Amino acid sequence: MTGALAAAAGGGCHIFSGCGFPAPGLQDFIWTPFFTIGQFQFTKPMLLAILSALVVIGFFWAAFRKPKLIPGRTQSLGEMAILAVRDQILRPSLGRKGDSYLPFLVSLFFFIYIMNVMELIPVFQFPVTSRIGFVWPMVFTVYFLYLYLGFMHQGAWGYLRNMIPAGVPWPIYIILVPVELLRFFIFQPFTLGVRLFGNMFAGHLLLTIFTLATWYLLSLSVGLLYAVGSFALAIFVFVLETLVTLLQAFIFTTLTATYIASSVEPAH
Amino acid sequence: MTHLADATASYNPLLPSWPEFVIGTILFFLVFGFLARIGLPRIMKTLEERHDAIEGGINRADEAQAEAQQVLEQYRSQLDDARHEAARMREEAREQGAQIIAEMRERAEAESRRIIDAAQAQIAAERQQALASLRTEVGSLAVELASRIVGESLADTARQGRMVDRFLADLDQQGTRVRAGAGR
Repeated sequence: MTGALAAAAGGGCHIFSGCGFPAPGLQDFIWTPFFTIGQFQFTKPMLLAILSALVVIGFFWAAFRKPKLIPGRTQSLGEMAILAVRDQILRPSLGRKGDSYLPFLVSLFFFIYIMNVMELIPVFQFPVTSRIGFVWPMVFTVYFLYLYLGFMHQGAWGYLRNMIPAGVPWPIYIILVPVELLRFFIFQPFTLGVRLFGNMFAGHLLLTIFTLATWYLLSLSVGLLYAVGSFALAIFVFVLETLVTLLQAFIFTTLTATYIASSVEPAH
Repeated sequence: MTHLADATASYNPLLPSWPEFVIGTILFFLVFGFLARIGLPRIMKTLEERHDAIEGGINRADEAQAEAQQVLEQYRSQLDDARHEAARMREEAREQGAQIIAEMRERAEAESRRIIDAAQAQIAAERQQALASLRTEVGSLAVELASRIVGESLADTARQGRMVDRFLADLDQQGTRVRAGAGR
């Protein structure tokens, strides 16, 4: 349990009782370990990450273990899930010949989605992806994959040349070349990771702020009114986050598909 | 609380904690490995099979429909043939009937003509015969009548009248006998 949560849950820290608002912050993302092995500290986000992986593997194992021509309920759901990724994410940017990337995109989408959704499940209540240590591995995988594909499909020189748009007056290239190279080698992977991390980080912070404030403002005074307002906002943010968790997984996967497509086929 | 505050000071949320990075990498590749090696190949194969099954079913249905269409065509043409055949046979029967009637009529006419001719010939022959017998008999009858008249007394007119009557009655009798003989 984090400091602020412990303080709030621990007791009667309410408004007008001479107690300051235990504002949530960075400390809500630092966990005291469950147990320690030497230098290694096993924390709640790690447990949730393992759970997320198990959920994804378990679900698809249950759905596709013995696939039938006439699917059962779980299999239908699994089919819908992977076909949604294929038809909404993969096909629009990669087309039919990109179907071999489907396992990669499906893994990304559902692993990220389940890690995000941990934010909204009672007891877990923490988005794993708001710890950036769980985001960079996927970003690096995508990064190395699209660089590798680019060099493989277009050749080293061709890939670098295709990064720069053609048909521009030459003085512009003085700015354009470094910007475009930076875009492919630094900005794209950085924004890909930070976008996901930042959204989940901010979402968790918002949820914490409004739930803590609801508890903090709760007293038999005018504070009750504030508490109700804060509670309504907490509900609103919760609903918003159900959308954001899905949206961020979708955006990450869609951008991955786009990057792969731009490596496999140079932009026109 | 104090050690948490210390941690906050040194915590940069954009830098990964290395244990998490390692665990995250392992977990992602576990998920990816499972889906790429086991999960998706199986379901893709099944989806392919289902696609084939559905397409095959549609093809089979198409074939059956084409066959049904062909059979229908065949039946239709057979029905048409039968209709033509029936019409032809009716026409033929009508012709044949007309022919038969005409033939019959002709034969009946010939028969009736033959009968009439025969009757006329017979009548003519009888008449001839009657004329001949009359010619032979009239003479003798007249002689007989004259001899009787002469043989009796001529004074009595009443007796004369009776004699004439008796004679005529005899003649009548004779005539019927002659006619009966001719009819026989």
